[in-house]
Order: sequence, then structure tokens, then C-alpha cells
Amino acid sequence: MTPSDRRVDGLRNAIDPPAVELININKRFGSVQANRNVSLSIAPATIHGIVGENGAGKSTLMSILFGFYQANSGEIRVNGKTTRIRTTEEAIRAGIGMVHQHFMLVDSFTVLENVVLGAESGRLLKESLSTARQTLDLLESKYGLEVNVDTLVGDLPVGLQQRVEILKALYREAQILILDEPTGVLTPQESEQLFNILLGLRDRGVTVILITHKLREIMAITDTVTVMRGGEVVAHRTTSQTSEPELAELMVGRKVLLRVEKGISQPGSVVLDVREVETIDQRGVKRLHNVSFNVRSGEIVGIAGVSGNGQSELLEVLAGIRTVTAGRISLNGKPLIDQFNPRDAGQVRGLGVGHVPEDRLRMGLVRSFEAMESSILGIHSDRRFNAMVFMKLDAVLENCRHKMEAFDVRPRNPHLVTVNFSGGNQQKLVLAREMDEKPGLLLVGQPTRGVDIGAIEFIHKEIVAMRDAGRAVLLVSVELEEIMSLADRILVMFDGHIVGEVTASHASEQELGLMMANAATPASAIRS
Amino acid sequence: MSATRYEVPGWIGTVLVPTINICLAFLVSGLIIVVIGEDPWQALDLLISGAFGSQEAVGYTLYYTTNLIFTGLAVAVAFHAGLFNIGAEGQAYIGGLGVALVCLAGDANLPTFIIIPLCMVAAALFGAAWAFLPGYLQATRGSHIVITTIMFNFIASAVMVYLLVNVLIKPGQMAPETRTFAEVAWVPFLHEVLAPVGIKLARSPLNLSLALALLCCVVVWAFVWRTRWGYAIRTVGQNETAAVYAGINPKRCIVLAMTISGGLAGLVAMNEILGVQHRLLIDFVAGYGFTGIAVALMGRNHPFGIVLAALLFGALYQGGAELAFEIPTITRDMVVVIQGLVILFCGALEFMVKPRVESMYRWAHRTGTGS
Amino acid sequence: MKKTFLVAFLSCWISSVVIAADSEPAVVYDMGGKFDKSFNEAAYMGAERFHKESGMQYRDFEPTNEAQRTQSMRRLAGRGANPIVAVGFGYAAAVEEVAKEYPDTKFAIIDMVVDLPNVQSIVFKEHEGSFLVGALAAMASKTGKVGFVGGMDIPLIRRFACGYEQGVKHINADAEIFQNMTGSTPAAWNDPGKGAELAKSQFDRGADVVYAAAGGTGIGVYQAAKDDGKLAIGVDSNQNHIHPGTMLTSMVKGVDVAVYNAFKAGAEGKWVSGVQVLGLAEDGVGWALDEHNSSLVSDDMKAKIESLREQIIAGSITVHDYMADSTCTY
Repeated sequence: MTPSDRRVDGLRNAIDPPAVELININKRFGSVQANRNVSLSIAPATIHGIVGENGAGKSTLMSILFGFYQANSGEIRVNGKTTRIRTTEEAIRAGIGMVHQHFMLVDSFTVLENVVLGAESGRLLKESLSTARQTLDLLESKYGLEVNVDTLVGDLPVGLQQRVEILKALYREAQILILDEPTGVLTPQESEQLFNILLGLRDRGVTVILITHKLREIMAITDTVTVMRGGEVVAHRTTSQTSEPELAELMVGRKVLLRVEKGISQPGSVVLDVREVETIDQRGVKRLHNVSFNVRSGEIVGIAGVSGNGQSELLEVLAGIRTVTAGRISLNGKPLIDQFNPRDAGQVRGLGVGHVPEDRLRMGLVRSFEAMESSILGIHSDRRFNAMVFMKLDAVLENCRHKMEAFDVRPRNPHLVTVNFSGGNQQKLVLAREMDEKPGLLLVGQPTRGVDIGAIEFIHKEIVAMRDAGRAVLLVSVELEEIMSLADRILVMFDGHIVGEVTASHASEQELGLMMANAATPASAIRS
Repeated sequence: MSATRYEVPGWIGTVLVPTINICLAFLVSGLIIVVIGEDPWQALDLLISGAFGSQEAVGYTLYYTTNLIFTGLAVAVAFHAGLFNIGAEGQAYIGGLGVALVCLAGDANLPTFIIIPLCMVAAALFGAAWAFLPGYLQATRGSHIVITTIMFNFIASAVMVYLLVNVLIKPGQMAPETRTFAEVAWVPFLHEVLAPVGIKLARSPLNLSLALALLCCVVVWAFVWRTRWGYAIRTVGQNETAAVYAGINPKRCIVLAMTISGGLAGLVAMNEILGVQHRLLIDFVAGYGFTGIAVALMGRNHPFGIVLAALLFGALYQGGAELAFEIPTITRDMVVVIQGLVILFCGALEFMVKPRVESMYRWAHRTGTGS
Repeated sequence: MKKTFLVAFLSCWISSVVIAADSEPAVVYDMGGKFDKSFNEAAYMGAERFHKESGMQYRDFEPTNEAQRTQSMRRLAGRGANPIVAVGFGYAAAVEEVAKEYPDTKFAIIDMVVDLPNVQSIVFKEHEGSFLVGALAAMASKTGKVGFVGGMDIPLIRRFACGYEQGVKHINADAEIFQNMTGSTPAAWNDPGKGAELAKSQFDRGADVVYAAAGGTGIGVYQAAKDDGKLAIGVDSNQNHIHPGTMLTSMVKGVDVAVYNAFKAGAEGKWVSGVQVLGLAEDGVGWALDEHNSSLVSDDMKAKIESLREQIIAGSITVHDYMADSTCTY
């Protein structure tokens, strides 16, 4: 008997047992208590949000529910029955499905093949594919999840790939669907569609658990919400009876400023001038098409766009990491880089360009280095830190202490290995390193990705302070909110082109979202 | 939160766990010795006294240690740049060629204080050149260093056999060896050096190359952890993307690290050729380059650890030879099995014991402080 | 109880050490190890024969690196072992060094000459034996093409190859000879897989008899010959028994006899120093004919080889020694 059999569509039956009940879940990794006495109960056919900062234990909790980890103690009940979930197979058998933040799809397989993968029935693939095709047709029409099942997954846009993930779960007869940060890779429009799908699923009896750190989404579609902090549940709320500020305060444990306070910008002379720049990657694909813009001193220029539309490449080109195949870049009126005069990242940095890379652990830091070593990455050859042969470790240590103090990096231990700092503190370490050099131009990519709300506030203030000190800032972020609140001017990128420019004070989320999807040219757009 | 994660002190991982692993390796070796019908305690006694029981034994142990320090350092330096140099064997072999050429050309008319430094430079240069090529191919062509260095071992071997059989051989001689070099070019034995100052040591192959090896440890340590070039090499090894971001040229670092690595391996020739054999001969490296990989891994790629690991393997070489010598049923292959077990337990199975020891420590710590 | 056992054990052990100190003979093998089915194993067989006949114990050692050659000889001499037989030319430097340190101990070295008063040097005329098996190969070959697989390319092996070549050409001046060396590392002495491959490639080129002078690598050569129905010639020991019916013969080198004689002379006090050159005349080398290969060697062939043997002994045929001038011109 599945929940949907017992239910009239759209109605909530209070007599039904909760779809999921977690009772006193404890989980420790070594000496870290990732979940402490976590209890929560989710009514069937509802959308339940779980919010919390990074490291609050949300993902661990859901991994326990989906069988990735086993709790050290505690009980899981599914539809009122105590259920042992030791593997993901047992979770699937219990009717639980999960859509991961990073999709678990094979790009070179069709949608149909991906859906069947691991759930083949019968001995011959052909048979399972044809029965799967019928089942999928039914599912697609029932839940409004149209996807062409014969397309290669690699050819689908991200939003549709996510749909395939949902279909995969439904194909395995999931009645409880967990989504981990599902909107991170979507445009506002795609997010909107996703929410409609989720609402549809709920109305047809599916219980949805949504893990997110975006309070707006919680407010928009959930019925109930659980707030986690430091591995514990700090509050359960009915969404309609709470507010964003209250949730934020619960998450962080103190009052949080959600908007960045900044004055009007005072743009000065042009610091960075980019003219008709193009770049081609190793595979021969052109990643930037005829990109032109400038950044003046004392202003923050934001680049909005769905992830993967050339923003990363643009930052790398400007930082000297990626080569320019056409066009020219100048700094303070002097030529910096063009096709025939490449400069490497060290030379660009030497000319006063700071670069906070998008992915700090992939590019900005060295995991296994002590903080003091990571804090001089890129300036390690500088005279301040070197004698003729040997490095001046005292100077390096002193420099790191100073940076940690100035940017409130915790713990203040220059000898702690980089990867053992939390995401926010790692990011502060990178920012401290890049800002402390007082660069004329600061390139910032995803400054608050995977960073706690408390640290976000701090980082935003520092970026604004850079601007107010008369420096030019180029900000790339996939968080539209962040771009809108920090930037003075916003450029929108799509498929390697700059498709629009708006003044931040005139921008609306709707308009930017359409530009990000290249669906509209805004009235206010000034083609550069 | 992160403070509590690191409550297990460092000595657990660096001292206790390796000791337990070595004991486990000996335990299994002991069982095998019981199976072949010998007394494991006697074997252990022979192994230890064979390695450390007399001046001569210690001399031999330290002589092996010298070779292994050179090759262990070589592997470690490359490893810091993220490169797995399997070619120390061939680089050491070619290093011997450098030494031999200098000696054959100059031992008649150059004084000791010139020819020995000259040999040292030649050994390092030849070894470095042999490692430079795979490094260069890796950096510019992406040819995998593991494959190329293995192939270069074979090429080195073939080149050396050709040269020794056809070119460098002392004419009219059966063995493919050069003539014995003049005594000016010999690195003095320790027992000879200390004899004039009244310290009498049993004769052994131990020579002043050990001092060179220890000096290399200090130099490598300072280079890797105290210079910007070492910093750059480590960055490339840990995170090449971050290196590019930092303006470090990974290609240059790869070539530099391999060249230094090969130079260190080449110095094996100082110990083997100038220190002991005094002539260039076929296959004088005898596997030290490969054992150097185990030494570097066990020594955690740190010079201090490498000295300890080299001493362990030196002791196993020497004690193992004594064991095979004294107990005929324990063949030299059995000794290799014991060495293999040490590598297995300390390398491949390290994570079998470590988490358990750590959790035991935590448990003991909790119950100790909790009460 | 336990204690008495221990005491008994220890006393046994100690007494064995005491006996050991009483001038027992010793043999040190080359890197290939004593069970290489070839050169070193022949030395081992000689030592075992002495042990069985005289009942005397002996010591032996297999080195794993160069330093252990000197080390083991010095250890043996220090323990009073006498005589000490070093198997292989690689021991030259070690024998020279240790023999000077222990002038009262008797040493023997095989395959090399060390000129010291207490050293007996035993060298073989491998080229003479190889000449005979070469001649036999040429007679047995139907294709006129024969093969040679060497171990490592060193002068000693070239001496084998050169003698073989002369023997083949003596019978059939137009014969073709394929020569391959197995490798350039000591592994070449113990690589049966590669030996088999080389033999097969020679068969593919038309060879139907192949001579292996490659230690343990030869095992693969003989197997390949058996698999392809070709003939193979063994080396050092009499290896005819390995594959009866496809082993044409073996070039027997009397390493076993040399070790046995050295041990025996030492035990009986009849030791003589100096160089012993063992050729066909001294029965130091020869060709093996037994029940395993008698069907392959016709009476004519046997008569021809015997006559060649006598001619070489008499000096009417001289087999060129590669080592004399490092070339194979004859």
C-alpha cells in the first residue's frame, strides 16, 4: 500500500502517519558530531525545507536517510514503520529518492538509458528499455515532466538534466523525494519551473524534502521548515508563520543583515578596459566572443549569468591564466595582455591585479599547506618573504597573523592545514591575501560560494570597502541576489557573449533572469 | 570543531603506527619462518645482531643506508612535485658512468681534492641528465613520468652493458668492468679515516659518502621547505591549478624537480663506485633505486623520515644477508619476502592499523580524562 | 622440561658451530642463484656430490649485490672455511682482496684468472665445446639455419657464440646463424618467457636448431623448441633430460667437476694453486650423449663429432677464442 493509494489528490490527511520520521539521530565522524539528537517529522504530501549554514549537518542527515551513512544511534520511520536503511538500495526500496547537487548522470547515455541504469528489469536490456519507455511516458504525463527520452543527457540543458534525475527517482517508485540544493545551477526561470514541478508532485502525493540555504526558496514553496545549526535542530516552523529574518537569525544564532549597506559609487578613471576579447579552449571551442567592457576605479561591476556561460573563462583570461586568442586588455590605459603579448598570472598580479578565484580549493589555496603557506600563494617570490636563497619564515608568519587578524580568520592558527578551516574562513584567507596587496583591480569570483551567512556579511562589507577605497572591482557570481546587492553596474553573460548591461539600481530580477536565459534584450540594455 | 578533530598527537602517526606495522611484518615473517621449520627467535636475533651486532655489521648496514638515502631523497624530491620517479635505478646507473669517465680520464694526473669533487659533479650531472629527459617529456609532451622513467631504466641498462662490454672494458678481461681506478679517486673508508686519530674500526664498505648523504638530507630539507623554489615545486605537486594561478610555471618546476631527483640518484655512484668498488661494473645499482621508492614512502618524503627508513632497510639488507648466511634454509629469497612484508605493512596496509590505533588512543584519552 | 630441551637445542647448535669452524669447504654462487638450472646449479651439484660422498658439511651463500661478494668471502674465510670456491667471473675482485687478507686459506675461482699463490683459477674453453655442438647443430639442421640465444651480452657469452658459429660453418659454410641476446640486465639470465619468444622468432626465420647459453632463460628456449617440434641444445649442465626427444645435446661445462675436485683436493690436502684451463682435452667441456638424445644423433653424426673432438685435441683444428682479441674472426 503506497501513500498515494490512500489519498485523495491534494488533500492532507491528518490521520496518516508521517511520511518520514527521524528520532534522535546521532552521527559522529571521528570526533566531530555531525548530527546530535536530530528529530523531525514530515507529513505526507508536503514540501518540507531543511535550512542551515554549511556544516550545519543537513546533508549528513539526508545522507543517513538515503543510506549513504549509517547513524550511530537513532531511529528512522517511513510511513510509520521503523525502517533500517543501511544502503541506498534499502532507501530506494523504502520509497526514497534523492536528487543530488551534482547530477549522477552519464552524459553519453540517452535519458531512457540513464533512467534505467541500475534498475534494469529482466536479463535483456532491450526488454527493460521498452517497458521503461512506457512507464516513463506515464510518469511524464502524470507529473508534467516532459523530456525527450531519446536525447543524450549531455545535450540537455541543466534544468532538463535535473528533471531526468527526478524521473529517475520516480521511476524507482519514490514517494519521498530529497533534493539537495537543487537551484544552485538554475536560472531564476528554471528554478520557477522546478518549483512548479515540485508543487505538482506534492499535489499527487509525493513528499518532498528540500535542502537549501536560500531562504527565499523556503518561503516560496515549502509547507514546513526545519532549521539546523551545528548538527542540531534549532527550530521547526510552519512556513506561513515565519519570515526570512527569523529563519536567518535561527540559522546563524544572531541577527543578520541581509542587505549590503553601501553608498552611491563614485566611479573614477577607467582601470580595466577589455576590447573584443576572445578565447578558445583546449578542445577548440570558443568560450568568449567579442567581449568588451570596462571597469572604473571606485565601482563594482558585476557579471551575472548562469554558471558555465563564459564568466569563469573571462576571469581566467583577465588574471593571465588563460590565453587570449583575439582582442586586447589594458590596465590603467597601458596594454596588459593581447594575443601576441601574453602575460602569466604572476606578471599580471605584479601589475596590481588581485584575483579571488571562483573555486578556492581548486585554484586559490593548497589544501595540504599550512595557512601561512597558503597565505603567500602568488606572492611567495616577493622580496618581503625572501632573502637571497631562503625564505624569511618569520615574515611569512607575521604576514599571515596580520591577515588573519584583519579578516577575522578563525581559528587564528597560521600553522593549521588549509583544508581544516571552514569554507568561510578559507575564503577569508584568500580575500585577505588578495586584498591586502591593495590591488588597483580586484577580480572576484563567487566570493560567498559555500560560505556561512555570517561570513557572507563580512565578505560583502570588505568588497564594498575596496570599492570605497577607490579600487576597481569585477565581481562574478551566479547568485543573482549577491550581484544585485553588491554591484553598481551589471553585465549579463550568455554563451560567451555579453548580452546586456544594466545599472544595478534599475535592475529587476525578472529582467536579469530573462537576459541570463538570452530570452530578451532589456529596454535599458546598452550593448557594449 | 576543528580543534577537537585533531586531538590525536603527531607521534601516533609518525612513531607508534610505523612501529606497530614493522612488528606486524616481523610477526608474519616469524610465522613463515616457523612454517619452514626454523626458530623465529633465532632468526630475529640473527637479523638484529647481523645488522647491529658488531662494528662490521653496523658498517655494512650504514653502507646500505647511504645508498638508500640517496635514492630515497631522489624519489621524495620528485614526489613533492607530484611525480613518481621510478627511474632512480637508471639515473644512479648513469651517474656511475659519469664517475667512471672522470676517473678513467683524470685519475692519472689529478689530485684527490680535485678529482673527487669532479666525480661528484659528474655523478650528479649524469644522473640529472638521465632524469631531465623524462621530466622534459612530461612537462612538454605529457608523456607519463612513470612510463618514461621505467623505460629509461632499460635504456640505461642497455647503454651501460654496451659501453662496458665494447668500450670501457679493461681489454682482455672476462668481466665487463673498467679497470680499477687509481687510489687518488677513492672516497676513503671510514675505518681508514679514523685509524690515524686512534679510533680503530672493523673494515667495512662504509665510507665518507655517508657524510655526503646526510649533507644531502639537510640540503634537500632546506630546499624543499625553506626556499621559494621548493615552495613552487610543492605547490605544483599538490595543486597544479593553484600553481598556475599563483604564476608558477609547472613545466619548469617539473623539469627542475626531476633534474634534482636524478642528481641525487646519481650520487649513489659516489658510494658504490668511488667508495667501494673502485671500478665501474655491470648492474652495480642492484635495486637501490627501487628500494628507494619504499624508503621515500615510509619516510613520508621527509629527509628525517628517509634517514630512518633507509636505516631500517639498510638493516634488513645486512641483517637479511647474515640470516641467509647463517641459516641455509632461509634463502635470500626469504629475506626479500621479509623486506616485502615490511613494505606491505608500512605502505599498502598502513590504513589498516592507523584508524584503530587512533580510536584506541581517543578511547583511552576519553576514559582517562572523563573519569 | 622445556629448559632441558632448550639446553639440548643450544648445545646442538653450538656444537654445529664448532664443527663449522673446522675447515669445512664453502662455495659462493653468482647472482643468478644456486637453482638456475644451469651454471650455478652445476656448481651446487658438484658441492652436493662431495657432501654425499665424503659426508662432510659445506657452506654456501648467494649474494644479492656486489658488496656481498667480498663480504661473504671474508666472513667464510674468517670462520675458517677452506677451501672457498667462488663461482663466476664477478668474484675476481673479491677473491683478489680476500685471498690477500687470508693467505693461509685456499681459494678457487671459476671462469676467471686471479694470480695469487693461494688461488686456483679454473677457466674453461667454452668455445671448444660450443664448436662441437655447433657442428652437431649444422648436421642436424635440415634448413641450413640455426639459432643462438645468449643471456646478457657479455664477453663470456660471445665466446660461446663464436665457438658455436665456427662449428656450424665448419660443417656447412653456407649455414645461416641467428644470434639474439636476451637482455641487458641480470634478469636476462632468468627470463624463460623472453627466451621462448626469441627462440620462436628464430624458428619463424627458418632455424630448426637453437643453442641457448643463457642460464635459466634457456628453459624457455627448450620449451619453445619442444612446442614447435624443433631441436634445442642445452648448456653448462647436461640438460638432455629436460625434454627427451627435442634436446639435441648439451654443451657440458664441468663446473660441477671443478667444484667437486676443488673440495676434494682441499679435504685430501692435494690442493694446487695456479691456472687450470679445462678444454676438450681435459674433459672440462664436452657434448652430452645419453639415452634422452640417442635417437636424435645418428652413428654418422656421432662419429663425425668424435673425430672433430680428436682433431681439436690434437691441434689440427684450432677454435678461435673470442676473448683472445675480442673479435670473432677465424
